[in-house]
Amino acid sequence: MKMTKAKRNKLIYNIVTFALVIGAFLILQSMIANKTITRSLKGQLVPICCWIVMAVSLNLVIGISGELSLGHAGFMSVGAYTGAVVSGLLINVYDIQDATLRLVVAIVAGGLLSGIVGALIGIPVLRLRGDYLAIVTLAFGEIIRNLVNVLYIGTGDGRLYASFLNKKLPEGVTMLVDGAKGAVKIKPISTFTAGFILVLITLVVVLNLVNSRAGRAIKACRDNRIAAESMGVNVTKYKMMAFVTAAVLAGMAGALYGLNSSTVVPTQFTFNQSINVLVFVVLGGLGNVLGSVISATLLTILPEMLRAFADYRMLVYAVVLILVMIFTNNPTILSFMKRLIAPFKRKDVTGGDAQ
Amino acid sequence: MKKLVALMMAIAMLLSVASAVAEEAITLKIAHIGPTTGAAALYGLATLHGAEVAVEEVNAAGGKYKIELINEDDEHNVEKVINAYNAALDAGAQMILGSTTSKPCEAAGAQGYVDRVFFLTPSASSTAVIEDKDNVFQICFTDPNQGKASAQYIAEHKLGTKVAVIYNNADVYSTGIRDTFVEEGKALGLEIVSETTFTDETTDFTVQVADAQNAGAEIVFLPIYYTPASLILKTAADKAFKPIFFGVDGMDGILSVEGFDTSLAEGVMLLTPFVATSTDEKVVNFVTKYQAAYNEIPIQFAADAYDGIYILIAAAEKAGITSDMSAEEACDLLIAAIQEITVDGITGSMTWDASGAVTKTPMAATIVNGEYVFE
Amino acid sequence: MIFLDNLMNGLSLGSIYAIIALGYTMVYGIAKMLNFAHGDIIMVGAYIAFCGLQYWGLPPIVAILAAMVVCTILGITIEGLAYRPLRQAASLAVLITAIGMSYLLQNIALMIWGANPKSFPRTFINSSILHIGGLNIASATIYTILANVVIMIALTLFTAKTKMGKAMRCVSEDRGAAELMGINVNRTISVTFAIGSALAAIAGVLLCSSYPILQPTTGSMPGIKAFTAAVFGGIGSIPGAMLGGVLLGVIEIFGKAYISTELGDAIVFAVLIVVLLVKPSGLLGKPVREKV
Repeated sequence: MKMTKAKRNKLIYNIVTFALVIGAFLILQSMIANKTITRSLKGQLVPICCWIVMAVSLNLVIGISGELSLGHAGFMSVGAYTGAVVSGLLINVYDIQDATLRLVVAIVAGGLLSGIVGALIGIPVLRLRGDYLAIVTLAFGEIIRNLVNVLYIGTGDGRLYASFLNKKLPEGVTMLVDGAKGAVKIKPISTFTAGFILVLITLVVVLNLVNSRAGRAIKACRDNRIAAESMGVNVTKYKMMAFVTAAVLAGMAGALYGLNSSTVVPTQFTFNQSINVLVFVVLGGLGNVLGSVISATLLTILPEMLRAFADYRMLVYAVVLILVMIFTNNPTILSFMKRLIAPFKRKDVTGGDAQ
Repeated sequence: MKKLVALMMAIAMLLSVASAVAEEAITLKIAHIGPTTGAAALYGLATLHGAEVAVEEVNAAGGKYKIELINEDDEHNVEKVINAYNAALDAGAQMILGSTTSKPCEAAGAQGYVDRVFFLTPSASSTAVIEDKDNVFQICFTDPNQGKASAQYIAEHKLGTKVAVIYNNADVYSTGIRDTFVEEGKALGLEIVSETTFTDETTDFTVQVADAQNAGAEIVFLPIYYTPASLILKTAADKAFKPIFFGVDGMDGILSVEGFDTSLAEGVMLLTPFVATSTDEKVVNFVTKYQAAYNEIPIQFAADAYDGIYILIAAAEKAGITSDMSAEEACDLLIAAIQEITVDGITGSMTWDASGAVTKTPMAATIVNGEYVFE
Repeated sequence: MIFLDNLMNGLSLGSIYAIIALGYTMVYGIAKMLNFAHGDIIMVGAYIAFCGLQYWGLPPIVAILAAMVVCTILGITIEGLAYRPLRQAASLAVLITAIGMSYLLQNIALMIWGANPKSFPRTFINSSILHIGGLNIASATIYTILANVVIMIALTLFTAKTKMGKAMRCVSEDRGAAELMGINVNRTISVTFAIGSALAAIAGVLLCSSYPILQPTTGSMPGIKAFTAAVFGGIGSIPGAMLGGVLLGVIEIFGKAYISTELGDAIVFAVLIVVLLVKPSGLLGKPVREKV
């Protein structure tokens, strides 16, 4: 009885998640079709999809695997750069004009490379715990940014040229990545539909992982590492699984993000950007995938809606952030809120007791 | 009867006055896009304030045009600038004065190229801003031009042959100037004895200065903004290193940093189209009004944006833009018009060609006793 | 000679990191939280000192004291309003609150002092240059290193000898047990924040004396570097913060001077990673035994 109820709840949660995402997509698509959407909102659709994927994937690391990572934007930048280079390569060298094909290949490549980087970083890093892990992921994020800053890639004569630190590429090469100038002259090919599909893929992957045997093992490692280990769970393997999956998804989001704009710069993927995604995750609720989706969406749109406040925008944002954290985490306020809601939830409470 | 006639005449007069006013004042909706918050707020606020001074002047003068200035913040971010741009168009902007900084301007300009929206950027100076786009025009020099002009000036005036370059390798402006400076400098027989970099977050310049010093540089070329430049001057003074420091237009503003010891900048040379201490009538007018409104001395960014408003008006007049034109309708007319006008602004006399780059002459200034001296 | 020059620069930079890291490490050791707003308290301290020197014409010592007083009050206020309600909450919630506080302080500073950078005035700290042999050493370097040593000794004595210091160590060891022994945990944590913030004010003045540019974002990067330094040395350990800070500064300068200025920050972070992989609790950190 207990199991089935838990299972049913999970099923309902998953259905609600997908229904909300698909419903939002359909409504927005119809708004685009009959042109009732504002330019401003339309322009944010693809970035919102990217931030949703970023938040959900980081939630996999922080909420579900229980490791504080502060370098998630680093993976995004790997994806964004790979996407830009692959797309440029396909059009400049292989002359593939089909935008959809280029986009798909670029996103897959972005995910792959980011996954490889994630695995390379994960092997040493996941041995560390807590704040030490946090600082090392922060360090990796900054190192990636620093390296990308001195990376030069271009195409010419039907081949790819790359150089590091030294910007001298042969004459006549079309620059794709130009050091501090970032990825340049990208042909924007990202579409809202592609973003929506990526969000769906992410949700399917993460929700399946969470509800699978592997997912239970990952959560067991989070809740009590030693207990999990003594039950024969290979902690490193499962932590790696969560970390690399998140890196792949972040890379794919990065590729989509990069190909949505005509240019991408290293300064877009700083420590602050990682923190932003972390805020999405924490405000949405640790381990709560639907929460991440909603908070990533709202927190991307909110600053745009606050444009009227202009200079006070960040101030308001900061105050809201602090207040929300206090209101959702202070035991006194929480119990007060519970007492407020209690009369309306009597049935649930007794039901909960019976459980 | 008489009363009725009088009344009707009065009404007729009122109507004609009203219609005359309606006919005369054409309202241009101009959107300023720039970083008014965040780490680059300094530059975005400068362009915004500069534009505001010009708008106030224009509206107070009550001429043919009235300006409605829309301001959108882009936080110096390539993603946010698209939002800012879209928000500006949602608000009914007909043309864009912006974006203030290069990378955001490049991204928004590319979007504007697709949507057909006219951009005039006060201060985005990289070539990528105007490349492959017919809708973006600049008020400031492009970076390569500055690099080239600086190398030529140093070589022509024989200031020295051993040159050190310290530049911000995370900044498009800085790397853009540095690239052509080094190329042109080598061609003109300058020897680059030291080249070191820093990033936006750098506060310690001891290594960079020491490298230049140990390499025996006679000239240190600083294609950077005045904030890091002031730190470099301080570090050099601490190390008793006294070469000629040669800056570019980003260096302007160093003398008006609050609390800055101007003796550190003694002998610094720079190429710039605008200096706030100029005695030119128009410059004095602008600086006085700016100071009264914002209680600080305008930097070059503000001057560029001030000119920008007048350039947009001149182009709009030439193109015959009316209040009810959309950004899309105005775009091609403005592109054609701006290439036919010459504007005498506070940053010089300017003309444009189809590339979008501006033609104007830089002036070389030397800082003597805390003030700019021109040749 | 060039080597000595670089070493001196590294020590100077490192000493500034060390003072900031001391604040981080104390708060972390006792309140078990990463106070991300610490870097911004440094910025506020520097602005107050700037105002004291530039606008109110105070003597340098008085201006520094004023900065310390304001920062102490600010630190206690922040702790009381934002962090205390979250004492029982998950560490991530506190981290996000601290980040929110950092944004808040930066934006308030932007509103009060504007975006234009200010140049920190000359004081006795940075007005002269010493010529020793062929070396040119800025007086700010000497003062920074001296201040660092004095502060470290004072803090070590304070935590070892005084009653409040013992209470701090007790709270850091086991908060629950400390409470049972009649130690006022909230007061102890408040005092920790007060000391950390006062140190931040000193760090702000020293930072801006060596690198005299003051902006609302001035504190952020040194803050992150100092945080790295604190972890490097073993977070929670006072001598560790000192060692971590100084080493970080020296590594940064040497990396830039002998390898590449372009990769300076990458080198710093790479060394940090290697150290943490070899010694996961930092150079002088105590290894935490896991309890089942």
